[in-house]
Amino acid sequence: MHNGFAIVAGLVIFFAMLTAPFALGTMTKQYKEPELKLPKNEKECIESTEWMRNNHMQLLNEWRDWALRDGKRTYTNHKGKEFTISLQNTCMKCHESKADFCDKCHNDAGVSPYCWDCHVQPEGLK
Amino acid sequence: MKNSRRTFIKLAGIAAAGLAVAPRKVLASGGQEPVKVNATAVHAKHWAMVVDTTKLHTAEAIDKLAAVCHHIHNVPKIEGKKEVKWLWHDTYAHSFPEQENPHLAEEVHERVFPLLCNHCENPPCVRVCPTKATFQRPDGIVAMDYHRCIGCRYCMAGCPYGSRSFNWGEPRLNLDLANLNPEFPTRMRGVVEKCNFCVERLAVGKMPACVEASEGAMHFGDLKDPDSEVRKVLREKFTIRRKPSAGTEPSVYYII
Ligand code: SF4
Ligand code: SF4
Ligand code: SF4
Repeated sequence: MHNGFAIVAGLVIFFAMLTAPFALGTMTKQYKEPELKLPKNEKECIESTEWMRNNHMQLLNEWRDWALRDGKRTYTNHKGKEFTISLQNTCMKCHESKADFCDKCHNDAGVSPYCWDCHVQPEGLK
Repeated sequence: MKNSRRTFIKLAGIAAAGLAVAPRKVLASGGQEPVKVNATAVHAKHWAMVVDTTKLHTAEAIDKLAAVCHHIHNVPKIEGKKEVKWLWHDTYAHSFPEQENPHLAEEVHERVFPLLCNHCENPPCVRVCPTKATFQRPDGIVAMDYHRCIGCRYCMAGCPYGSRSFNWGEPRLNLDLANLNPEFPTRMRGVVEKCNFCVERLAVGKMPACVEASEGAMHFGDLKDPDSEVRKVLREKFTIRRKPSAGTEPSVYYII
């Protein structure tokens, strides 16, 4: 093969670089779920923890339209319990701290939702 | 399993049974929503306001109402051209330019008038808003969805009453952060804002804050209900609306 060595060496380097993030990832420390500060007085969220973990962003998106555009501000969960639709006045009454709850995962995941550009966090604005 | 219509229908049946035990949210996409209007909300076919300017016509009295409105809605305090206002006052000539005449009763001419968004029946701000951030609710209230506003300010050009304010800077820099209303959001830089007829209060059965604080000088109710308080005062008193030639049909009426 003409230039065989160069081609093989090139391929080896290419694959090494391609897989480097995975290799390095297993060598360095494992991702740990952040420790969240959970509400003191409530055991259950409006839907199951599992479901909220996966869907809170879609739910908040729908809540915003239901409340603001459709004027429907009462939400019935799958167990038939009713809640007032409000990020600031319902969610954040249980989750008393944005820093100890929202930010924990959002910071780790590198997500910065713009909810707080307008909504007032329970710890107040500084 | 043989791939037949029969097996497909069987599987579809199992899938449908699965839906029945899923959280209600899944059903939301099917048009059925797990939401409803608050039980305590007050309703109208068309909300309207009547301001009695024989009782409410001084700058101090109007500014007091504006302070209440601006406090509960976290409206920033800015002087000058970049002012943000939901409720304010102005002279007769500025409020009713088309209804000026040189021999107008002096007493009327000297009054100042409380001004706010008129929640027009035929609102040009809604027509020109490219994102539908400004929209008209079925009960007549011209509402704003700040999440969607892109700050193009078409609505400000469209509104003949100057009822809208643009946030040129970060509104929170001009708010007393220690004295916010924690129940209501602020706005962000680059969006337009205005009076919302206190939709958040109507939703829990309360009247607009300015009406409540006006000690009887403002009336609020259903324009389409002949027995409502606003219709009663409209029947008994002579009223005018702002800039009739604009054709916007304001829902705010002034007893002169
Ligand atoms: S500034 Fe906002 S509300 Fe006004 S027209 Fe543009 S998008 Fe609509
Ligand atoms: S007063 Fe201006 S902002 Fe309010 S509904 Fe009428 S046109 Fe729109
Ligand atoms: S109706 Fe509500 S939002 Fe509008 S001016 Fe009065 S207090 Fe302010």
